[in-house]
Amino acid sequence: MITLTDVHKAFGSNRVLRGVNLTIPSGESMVIIGGSGTGKSVLLKCILGLVHPDSGTIALDGEDVETASRDAFLARFGMLFQGGALFDSLPVWQNVAFRLLRGSLKRPKADARAIAIEKLRRVGLKPETADLFPAELSGGMQKRVGLARAIAAEPEIIFFDEPTTGLDPIMAGVINQLIREIVTEMGATAMTITHDMSSVRAIADKVAMLHDGVIQWTGPVTEMDATADPYVQQFIHGRAEGPIEAVR
Amino acid sequence: MSLLAPLAALGRLVLGGLATLGRLALFGVEAVSHLFRPPFYPKEFLHALMQIGWFSLPVVGMTALFTGGALALQIYAGGARFSAESVVPSIVAIGMVRELGPVLGGLMVAARVASSIAAEIGTMKVTEQIDALVTLSTHPMKYLTVPRVLAATLAVPVLVAVGDSIGIFGGYLVGVNRLGFNPATYLKNTREFLEWSDIASGLWKGAAFGFIVALMGCFYGMHSGRGAQGVGRATKSAVVAASVLILATNYILTEVFFSA
Repeated sequence: MITLTDVHKAFGSNRVLRGVNLTIPSGESMVIIGGSGTGKSVLLKCILGLVHPDSGTIALDGEDVETASRDAFLARFGMLFQGGALFDSLPVWQNVAFRLLRGSLKRPKADARAIAIEKLRRVGLKPETADLFPAELSGGMQKRVGLARAIAAEPEIIFFDEPTTGLDPIMAGVINQLIREIVTEMGATAMTITHDMSSVRAIADKVAMLHDGVIQWTGPVTEMDATADPYVQQFIHGRAEGPIEAVR
Repeated sequence: MSLLAPLAALGRLVLGGLATLGRLALFGVEAVSHLFRPPFYPKEFLHALMQIGWFSLPVVGMTALFTGGALALQIYAGGARFSAESVVPSIVAIGMVRELGPVLGGLMVAARVASSIAAEIGTMKVTEQIDALVTLSTHPMKYLTVPRVLAATLAVPVLVAVGDSIGIFGGYLVGVNRLGFNPATYLKNTREFLEWSDIASGLWKGAAFGFIVALMGCFYGMHSGRGAQGVGRATKSAVVAASVLILATNYILTEVFFSA
């Protein structure tokens, strides 16, 4: 379980997070929604330790992530980055097996390659893709490779940062379906940040809406459409009028 | 208010410069401390060694060849004023190994390598590849900076040694074919006046310049701003900072080695 308590983060005078409180139970898929620039990515990076919060606590299974062993902590995570963040200089299979080729999870090269090809197959890519370089792949294929890399070490917790950004609706649907299937079959805890409502409906068990640096609303995805919260209603229906200023 | 504006701007500039210097010093100390702590990435080191050492050979070699030739012509023309044309071989050799070999080699490597490292790491930063490294339990300093800094520190002295030899050979070609020196006499004069301390000082300079070049490339790459403009600015800053630091360090090392 991931618990965020009164998390604050500012960049200069820009107070991005202003007291975020959120609990993500084990085995659940939580989707954070919110407009561009509301701090969704910052929140995710705070949990991973890529950005340090100014105050507040982030705990994983009750242990403060700031004091936990960094390697052991990160070994429990997998992450799909918005742009894929694949390493240009490495072929696809080495990207997928990156964690399995070095560090505490290191294993023989042949085994790592076999696992990488199996994970590529799981995300719908052929074994021939393994020896290509990221620059030779389409945007959708790069997302799939990023997804294969995120699940390669069988993590307990997977983060998805804008998983469908830049993809056509059909490919976005395929990625959403893959994420849902993989999270379910692995029994992983998932946290996704997105402003794509089709992703929300496909991936989420629970939804949290981040606005003005705080969680404005949280609840099961099944209750999202019926909620009276004006922020959620404006956001999910894409209205220009409402409590969220359209021009920021 | 308007009278104080230039002073405030100057103050901001100085404070900004000092802040960068502080960050650079901390970055350098952290990089050096990681040199001795596992995990090590030998494959990355060998790759960096090839990129920095082997692929810089042509540019360093060409620079040294033409510099050695031009140096021979200049010393001959200058020496002729005092009937001292015979010093051409020894001055070419000493000039190359003490100063021109390491400094020009260092500057050429700075132009080629610091820019390439800063652009590569800067692009990795803006495309979140460095964040991805962290989430894959890999320390960016160990994986990206340490192999490059170590490779450059070891490769540049070798490049300097090769450049020195090619530069002296350039002087020899001009001396023998253009200025009419006897080949055997030219080589004899080169050998007799050149001391091991001259060569060693140039190699130490090469190691220092290699360290500077890779450190500047990595530092500015890691601190690159967003977008193409940010990466472009980081690349430019890396080359400028490396070049200026090479010239400043060259003066300091020359004082250290030869002031007595």
